[in-house]
Amino acid sequence: MTARSGELTVTTPSDREIVMTRELNAPRELVFQAHTSCEHMSRWWGPRKYEFAKCEIDFREGGQWRIVHRGPDGEEYAFRGEYREIVPPERIVWTFEFEGFPGAISVETLTLEERDGKTFLTAKSMYDTVEQRDQMLQSGMEEGAAETFERLDEYLQELASAS
Amino acid sequence: MSTTAADLDSRFAALAHPARRAILARLKKGEATVTELARPFAMSQPAITKHLRVLENAGLIERGRDAQRRPCRLQPNAIKDVAEWAESYREFWEQSYDRLEEYLEEMKAKQKKERRKNDRKKR
Repeated sequence: MTARSGELTVTTPSDREIVMTRELNAPRELVFQAHTSCEHMSRWWGPRKYEFAKCEIDFREGGQWRIVHRGPDGEEYAFRGEYREIVPPERIVWTFEFEGFPGAISVETLTLEERDGKTFLTAKSMYDTVEQRDQMLQSGMEEGAAETFERLDEYLQELASAS
Repeated sequence: MSTTAADLDSRFAALAHPARRAILARLKKGEATVTELARPFAMSQPAITKHLRVLENAGLIERGRDAQRRPCRLQPNAIKDVAEWAESYREFWEQSYDRLEEYLEEMKAKQKKERRKNDRKKR
């Protein structure tokens, strides 16, 4: 029953950045609004199998946020950060830190552009240092998503077409 | 053999260049010599050789012992590590944005309903 209007693209334009783009079938005011409170975020942020165990969002420049995810095994994962820039309805800049790896803070920039009632979303993650990014890489690996050679194949295609 | 953060770092750095990504995409089809790799890229052999050295140092490819040809081939495990990380990241956001799209439908419906209610009030 998914109403998917766009595919997610993930690129690594430099060794400190990750950029994702996605088209969404809604005006950007709504997409922006969906990022502004726990009530909204808990409905979509993270994979389905995780639920929000805790959430605090102080949506203003300089305000803090913290979300605790609970997985199906009862394991909890906490994330936190601070809002640095809020420009409704087009831009949000905030910091992101996984508490499992304190100190590895990335700066996230969300840009929303509207065309014909659809929103083109660009999410950029910028890591401060190579070491910090490495920590994030390691945590991603520990999560150990099942991979297959088909996926590897797709990933390489993507890398090739991104060049 | 476990992968260290430094290994991953050199792999990502190696992948950051478009020519090297194109070389990997080509090697996915099978091993190739430097001459064969240089052909479609409009690049000199020394330039290709330089990129190959970066890929080899990052453990993304290996080169044959044959002194004359030294064919290059993918080192599947190394690329798997990179792809594995990229997959878990992608999975998180792919699912999030799919859910966001569903939620936006709900928000749109709610907005419409409220607008209708307000219009009635105005009349």
